[in-house]
Amino acid sequence: MSSHDHAATTPGHPSYVRIYLVLLALLGVSLLGPTLEIPLVTLITAFGIAVVKATMVAAYFMHLNIEERYVWYILLLMLGFMLVMFAGIAPDVMLPAGQNWLHLPIEPPAPPAHP
Amino acid sequence: MSHAADLHAAHVPIATRRSATGIPTARLAVWWVLASEIVIFGGLIGSYVMLRLHHPHWAEEAAHTNTLAGAFNTFVLLTSSLAAVLAHQAAEAHDGPRAARFLGGTILGGLVFLLVKGFEWSNEIAHGFTIFRDVFWSYYYVACGLHGLHVIAGMVIMAIVAADARRGRNLHRVELIGIYWHFVDAVWIFLFPLFYIAK
Repeated sequence: MSSHDHAATTPGHPSYVRIYLVLLALLGVSLLGPTLEIPLVTLITAFGIAVVKATMVAAYFMHLNIEERYVWYILLLMLGFMLVMFAGIAPDVMLPAGQNWLHLPIEPPAPPAHP
Repeated sequence: MSHAADLHAAHVPIATRRSATGIPTARLAVWWVLASEIVIFGGLIGSYVMLRLHHPHWAEEAAHTNTLAGAFNTFVLLTSSLAAVLAHQAAEAHDGPRAARFLGGTILGGLVFLLVKGFEWSNEIAHGFTIFRDVFWSYYYVACGLHGLHVIAGMVIMAIVAADARRGRNLHRVELIGIYWHFVDAVWIFLFPLFYIAK
């Protein structure tokens, strides 16, 4: 199956400009949200919207929404590896103490000397 | 199959003709490249998130990054992604010159992105925020630098694909480099809030 056959199987291109405008609007929200200085709102508007934006880019610009399922398997497998890494390392990094070890307090660096 | 078709098939490598998955080989190869990139950037971002949650003082360091420049670069990359997908659309319509023009727009977007990044870095380094100052800045320079290298690689490959497309050759490659470029865009979508918004 050639690339053009792939295109032929699609019902037609979506309005990319409309998707782009939605992405720009989401960028605006992700900038405005943190100005409220409410941690939960910052979390949702900055990182929640980042997930939505990346999903839209993958689905519509990379055409994952019409891609063969095999590609999904490849990408999900890699995301699974990421989660395994995170779950394996996070206890050592994020817990204050473990078996026979302690996190030593780290002093924040001094302000830089302005030239 | 006619004799002429037999001769043509004999000269086309089997790797470009077979398709066990129903996906063209070249596109499948791009997806595998991106799969490896997910592990690279995912490992970097995952370890940053872990350390960031454990070091609240990083917020004070992050306060020195230029949010406006980061937001402008997000806008630039999203716009360049739009140009890349419009190039793909033109290539599917067998309009090589139009696809090449859109790819030129994408390359221009990449160039603007790098110039803004250069302005940011030079300003930060001049104020003492170097890669050696703190682990936050080490992550900042490594993640943004690695992403920048991917932008440069994408621009070089896109220029080669655009030169071909202008002559109406290898138009299927326009989609392939587009997929790569959108991935680079998606990575920046995550780097932006991590380094510029979470303060």
